Amino acid sequence: MTRVASEALLEQDLASMKPLQGSLLEGRSLKSRIYTGITWGLAILASLPLFSVLYMLIAKGGARINWETLTALPPAAFEFGGGIGPAIVGTAIMVGIGSAISIPIGILAAIYLAEVAPHSKLAETARFLAKVLTGFPSILAGVFVYAVLVVSMKTYSAWAGGIALAVLMLPTIILTAEETLKQVPQKMKDAAYGMGCTRAQVVAAVTLPTGLPGVITGVLLAVAGAAGESAPLLFTALFSTYYVNGLEGLGQPTASLSILIYNFSGMPYDNQIELAWAASLVLVLIILVFNILARVLGRQKF
Amino acid sequence: MNATAEAGLIESTLLERNRNMDTNRETQMDTDRDDHQSRTSTPDSITAAAAWHVDPQQTVMDCRLNKIFYGDFLAVRDSLVPIEKNKITGFIGPSGCGKSTVLRSLNRMNDLIPVFRFEGTVTYHGQDIYDKSIDPVLVRRYIGMVFQQPNPFSMSIYDNVAFGLRLNRFKGDMNERVEKALRSAALWNEVKDKLKNSGLSLSGGQQQRLCIARAVATEPDVLLMDEPCSALDPIATRQVEELMLELKENYTVALVTHNMQQATRVADTTAFFSVDISEGGRTGYLVEMGDTQQIFADPREKLTREYIAGEFS
Amino acid sequence: MASNPFAHIVTQCSGPPSASDYAIDRALRMIVKGAAAVILLLVAYIIFELGRQALPAMLNFGPGFLIGTEWNVQDQVFGILPEIWGTLYSSLLALFLGGLFGVAIAIFLTQDFLDHRLSNVFRTIVEMLAAIPSVVYGLWGIYVLIPLIRPAAEWLHDSFGWLPLFGTDLAGPGMAPAALVLAVMILPTVAAISVDAFRRVPYKVKEAAYGMGTTRWEAILKVMLPTASSGILAALVLGFGRALGETMALAMLIGNSNQISLSLFAPANTLASLLASSFPEAGPVEVQALMFAALALLAITLIVNVVGLWVMKAATRKFEGKA
Repeated sequence: MTRVASEALLEQDLASMKPLQGSLLEGRSLKSRIYTGITWGLAILASLPLFSVLYMLIAKGGARINWETLTALPPAAFEFGGGIGPAIVGTAIMVGIGSAISIPIGILAAIYLAEVAPHSKLAETARFLAKVLTGFPSILAGVFVYAVLVVSMKTYSAWAGGIALAVLMLPTIILTAEETLKQVPQKMKDAAYGMGCTRAQVVAAVTLPTGLPGVITGVLLAVAGAAGESAPLLFTALFSTYYVNGLEGLGQPTASLSILIYNFSGMPYDNQIELAWAASLVLVLIILVFNILARVLGRQKF
Repeated sequence: MNATAEAGLIESTLLERNRNMDTNRETQMDTDRDDHQSRTSTPDSITAAAAWHVDPQQTVMDCRLNKIFYGDFLAVRDSLVPIEKNKITGFIGPSGCGKSTVLRSLNRMNDLIPVFRFEGTVTYHGQDIYDKSIDPVLVRRYIGMVFQQPNPFSMSIYDNVAFGLRLNRFKGDMNERVEKALRSAALWNEVKDKLKNSGLSLSGGQQQRLCIARAVATEPDVLLMDEPCSALDPIATRQVEELMLELKENYTVALVTHNMQQATRVADTTAFFSVDISEGGRTGYLVEMGDTQQIFADPREKLTREYIAGEFS
Repeated sequence: MASNPFAHIVTQCSGPPSASDYAIDRALRMIVKGAAAVILLLVAYIIFELGRQALPAMLNFGPGFLIGTEWNVQDQVFGILPEIWGTLYSSLLALFLGGLFGVAIAIFLTQDFLDHRLSNVFRTIVEMLAAIPSVVYGLWGIYVLIPLIRPAAEWLHDSFGWLPLFGTDLAGPGMAPAALVLAVMILPTVAAISVDAFRRVPYKVKEAAYGMGTTRWEAILKVMLPTASSGILAALVLGFGRALGETMALAMLIGNSNQISLSLFAPANTLASLLASSFPEAGPVEVQALMFAALALLAITLIVNVVGLWVMKAATRKFEGKA
């Protein structure tokens, strides 16, 4: 804040010196102003896509949001009406499967990286690979799970989709959890070690409870990201026009919001395109809720 | 698979142990050579330390610190530090003289630092705590520690104090013990109505006394205090000092302090450490140890005299 | 555990950790170590499995696969040069745009152009850009962006058609809308890492610049930007890596056409969108070919990401005085 003020003062000073300094400073400040203008222009231009997307979601998608849309089965090609119910449920289930796998493994691995053996060869390697995996194309997670699971199970399934999502969630959870667990002050851990705690007791009594808000933030961000993924579901969960039917249904092709958007976006029917917008709105809202939750929790610092 | 799993199971403990095995071996081989070297290079150190004799019956810890390394850096060398029962032993010396390092070596807190390496023995009730069969966690159960910075856990005041009791599966009256610990830390009256509040909600001085209460709740045998008053104002400092004097009735206390007056006020025995920068490093060593009165009134070593004169003039 | 050698010490309640404490401790160490090992096994398994699946195609088509330009299921002739070209071309275009905007926004956010509240607004905007799913960008691209840029594309083609860049008409999906959306999608990555790079520049460096009597922009362009350059380079490389692997928006916008063209308005294809569009209906031989394509994509993105992380590490070290 004060930096801004002092700079403003500095510029004022420079401006007031103009008559003394002559053309040199005039040229410099004109250039400065042009650059500043360009920067503002670029920033505003970069924001336009977001507002355009949000406007379309609300205008096109919002118009179609009603009980039927949220619960009904997707329509066939020439049908009117219909909804995105199975896709909402399918996304929730597959994100749930992905979370159930990746959250425990991710947090445990983070404990190893942050607390148990931060400088070991294994930790260094795991950390590096987790970073590499954050840039891993999501479609390759789909290809991998297709090769490993879909081929052997001989069917697309919610299981396969959820596992593909878990592959993508894992590195995010590991890295964010490690980051927050590392921030737990050493003096707090020292206090526990000084009382004769075993490492497990330090982790359980101090490291995890103190770092928990940050860990949850990372988890929520990973969940939000997974909800929006579509490439890894394309040929692992495929799509379905029906609700997941009990536990056995998890072994069958499963709908998801993102694949519904993909499938319906290319159809030459207004009804389907409207539903694609409605599904986009629902999907973005779900992601935003998780993002906001993550932010609110992330603000709690120890 | 079984073998690898088992190897993984105890990986880090094993690391620690290997390190200690090496150290022990080196120590045994090095002892003689060491003595020669140290005598020739710094004739005053070992002789001065050796001049301080205490009745072995009264010693709780007999610390023979040959070498303490952080990586390649030699932090402390050639120091004999006996800690007597039911007394307060003060460690003084200029900053960087390794007095905190020495203290943290006495309950193996330094084992948490990966590059730490210890050569020597710390005999506690006849047992070398650096022996490869000894688990550092066990050592810390008997030798408690209060740190320089107040470090309460982010849990309630009550839970902070009860932490060690629960850790040791204390079966008796928990409330009574918590109250007793808080009373002995002179904190009870201030917090008795808000035991459920977070320990972090207290002021700095209160937090430090909470940490002392937490440390004494389990009534450890020895209490190591690493500049416990450095973050406190004078009033809180006085309270903590009074507390230390009470504590020595039941405990043995080792105290690092940067405040010489504090040493004269509370310590029975004082150990003066100094820094040896002759060989390019900054290696701490024990210059002189003795009755506090003697150390301050009539030090045997020139270094001690100069340091004390500088501090007090 | 060995028996407690301190058992004879009389204390009120200090005692050794119980056998179960030790057991839990050992179990925890083992479990967390196993969890950390999962990531190693996962990466190894991914590489192994993709390699194994691609092996028949590698033996079948050989290195010619990488430079072949035809994807013909009927004749079983497969080549991915157009896809490699499309992947690199679209990513480079996106990197140029997204990099320019991303770095500009990073300067905007870190060099005191905005008061606290406004900079929070822009930070939120950038974060929300990152939160919008790829398919939604694809949908937006089809129904907003393509109609929006078509008049401009027509004009450019009519006026400058002799330039290879504008050599074709924008019939619908094509390179330009795909690259534009891709630019929007990598902008947050570039901006976030660049912001960190600028933040790492010590304040005294900036002070020194102002002390020499520079204007704000001279300080930014001649001092801040060069000092943060290695961090910005890392941002660009990692943004590029993101762009290479991006799938859905491209599959929806690029036109999935198996051709190599410099024209911004011609349809093209990328490795990721080839996988997305062909995999579900592929026969056994085509799946093998697609696995080969997937392996190629994995190799390209792995290399780019490792280089990016390496640059970032070097950039971080610079200010820690270790380099």
